[in-house]
Amino acid sequence: MSESVLVIMEQRAGAWNRMSLETLAAGQKLAAELGHSVAAAVPGRGVAALASELALKKLDCVYAVDHELLADYTADGYTAALDQLIRKVQPSLVLFPHTYQVRDLAPKLATRFHQALISDVIGIRAEGGPVFVRQLFQGKLNADVRPGGPAPYFVSIQAGAFNADNVASGTAPLETFTPELTASVIRQRPEEPFRESTGAVDLTTAEIIVSVGRGIKEKDNIPIVAELAQALGGELAATRPVCDSGWLPIERQVGSSGQTVAPKVYIAVGISGAIQHLLGMKGSKTIVAINKDANAPIFEVADYGIVGDLFEVVPAMVEEVKSCTVLQR
Amino acid sequence: MKIIVSIKEVPVRDSQLRIASDGRWIEDGDLGYEMNEPDAYALEEALQLKEKHGGEVIALCAGPAGAARTIREALAKGADRALHIEDEQISSWGTLGLAQLLAKAVAPEKPDLILTGLQSDDLGYGQTGVVLAELLGFPHATIIMAAEVLDGRIRVKRELESGWFQNIEMPLPAVLTIQSGINKLRYATLMGIKKAKTKELKRLEVADLGVAPSPTATIERLYLPRKTKQTQLIEGSAKQAAAQLVEKLRFEVRVI
Ligand SMILES: Cc1cc2nc3c(=O)[nH]c(=O)nc-3n(C[C@H](O)[C@H](O)[C@H](O)COP(=O)(O)OP(=O)(O)OC[C@H]3O[C@@H](n4cnc5c(N)ncnc54)[C@H](O)[C@@H]3O)c2cc1C
Repeated sequence: MSESVLVIMEQRAGAWNRMSLETLAAGQKLAAELGHSVAAAVPGRGVAALASELALKKLDCVYAVDHELLADYTADGYTAALDQLIRKVQPSLVLFPHTYQVRDLAPKLATRFHQALISDVIGIRAEGGPVFVRQLFQGKLNADVRPGGPAPYFVSIQAGAFNADNVASGTAPLETFTPELTASVIRQRPEEPFRESTGAVDLTTAEIIVSVGRGIKEKDNIPIVAELAQALGGELAATRPVCDSGWLPIERQVGSSGQTVAPKVYIAVGISGAIQHLLGMKGSKTIVAINKDANAPIFEVADYGIVGDLFEVVPAMVEEVKSCTVLQR
Repeated sequence: MKIIVSIKEVPVRDSQLRIASDGRWIEDGDLGYEMNEPDAYALEEALQLKEKHGGEVIALCAGPAGAARTIREALAKGADRALHIEDEQISSWGTLGLAQLLAKAVAPEKPDLILTGLQSDDLGYGQTGVVLAELLGFPHATIIMAAEVLDGRIRVKRELESGWFQNIEMPLPAVLTIQSGINKLRYATLMGIKKAKTKELKRLEVADLGVAPSPTATIERLYLPRKTKQTQLIEGSAKQAAAQLVEKLRFEVRVI
């Protein structure tokens, strides 16, 4: 088996999912460190243009995995196609971006090779072979994970863990790979993606956001943080569990499945800082965290932090803000 | 409809985690455990589907003897019976080995539908359901926010990134991984807790399932994440800290 890294890119309607470019950067870096060759593949229908773009990157080969039945993503169709590609290319490592599609696809594919996916990886080191860094316990701890068992190893890369700007340019030979697929192997019938009619709340233009997490404990406590948002003249936002519980409407959810915001200041109150939440707010200019757990991952991205009980800190802040805004008048 | 719900237990949320002396796992002796949150939503979805279509809900759990608490909770909430693959070292099986054990336990039941949470709050690999589907030869869909059983088929609403969704239809039997928030969780009633004691909880021995361990990845080291940002930690009493923070918001961040 050749020692090589194969990066599986993700696209929709002819546009890259940006995380695939980050994964390409990770693949190039890993291959360089391990002394492996590196190839990339883009599955879909009519992907020649995207594949030609890849052919301008520093890669040893580019595969356009093209088939009529890959027009829409299905777990069955994409697994069958990539299974065939991997058996042909025989890489030692297969890298994916950790997208929702990859969550759906890669574990199934890995199983076919008697492997499990090493998912949501945030770092890679070459130490007598690759070692992958993953978050455990929703980001509270990190773990070094070493793959074992038969190659190829399957790995997915967390959003933002590598920089897409680091993708090296070059020229690569382009090969079209036409998998053997029949409609009968595809059991899922996907319909058109849609957006739920979103309410009037647009958090993306807010300069100040006070965001609340499960630390608030119950719906009846929401006014405590609402008052701070009001005193600061900001918007109130929330984590997913807060919206799931119906404490605040879903239009106020920030994160990978909610809105992405970048205010001047984002005050995270009783929020642990899971990656799916961070993805929606880590672009904020200034991040403030108030959390009783000094090891909460939110402090990893915070500019200012108070380790303390929000039920004491937040009302005290409201008092302070009110008194200085009175002074200003 | 026969529905199997695969559940696991994880350390209680907000537990203070300490790294074990061998540096490879956490000190787990004195931790409290609870049902993995997405699994609780999967159980609720199964119970609601049963209420609509009739049939049976079977809770399935691979874990140490202590996991019987969480299984009893599933029974108290309304699962009809349970299967417990009992093993003190269940994590040593790895994802693939674990899914193989689950597949062996599931196969003779011939379920119409298998539900699991989309990922666990401890390891967070997010793949047990998908691997199980592949091993059983069932179609699957992940990150599910709604499920509707049609005649011999199921139509599900799959969550995509940034507020997008997609409906997908597939034949039964199928495996779905359920996203938190798909429904409203119920509490176990006193009556339910009482009844749970009489429900069947079948123990399965790992040795009887005929799976050879095949660990694919091993944790070499566990550690606290390194900070990427310099955080100014503001100390003092709540009142003092609040006052200082507001001052910083005023003069450094300039938003007040
Ligand atoms: C596919 C997928 C998509 C997701 N999308 C999103 C998303 O868009 N947005 C999102 O937010 N999440 C999302 N999640 C969920 C995410 O993984 C986390 O579960 C969630 O962000 C945690 O929310 P939280 O911080 O409010 O709750 P927890 O993780 O429970 O954190 C609560 C925090 O409050 C602190 N606390 C408790 N009491 C107090 C007190 N008295 N004073 C101060 N602090 C206190 C605790 O120390 C803890 O850190 C998604 C998950 C998945 C799998």
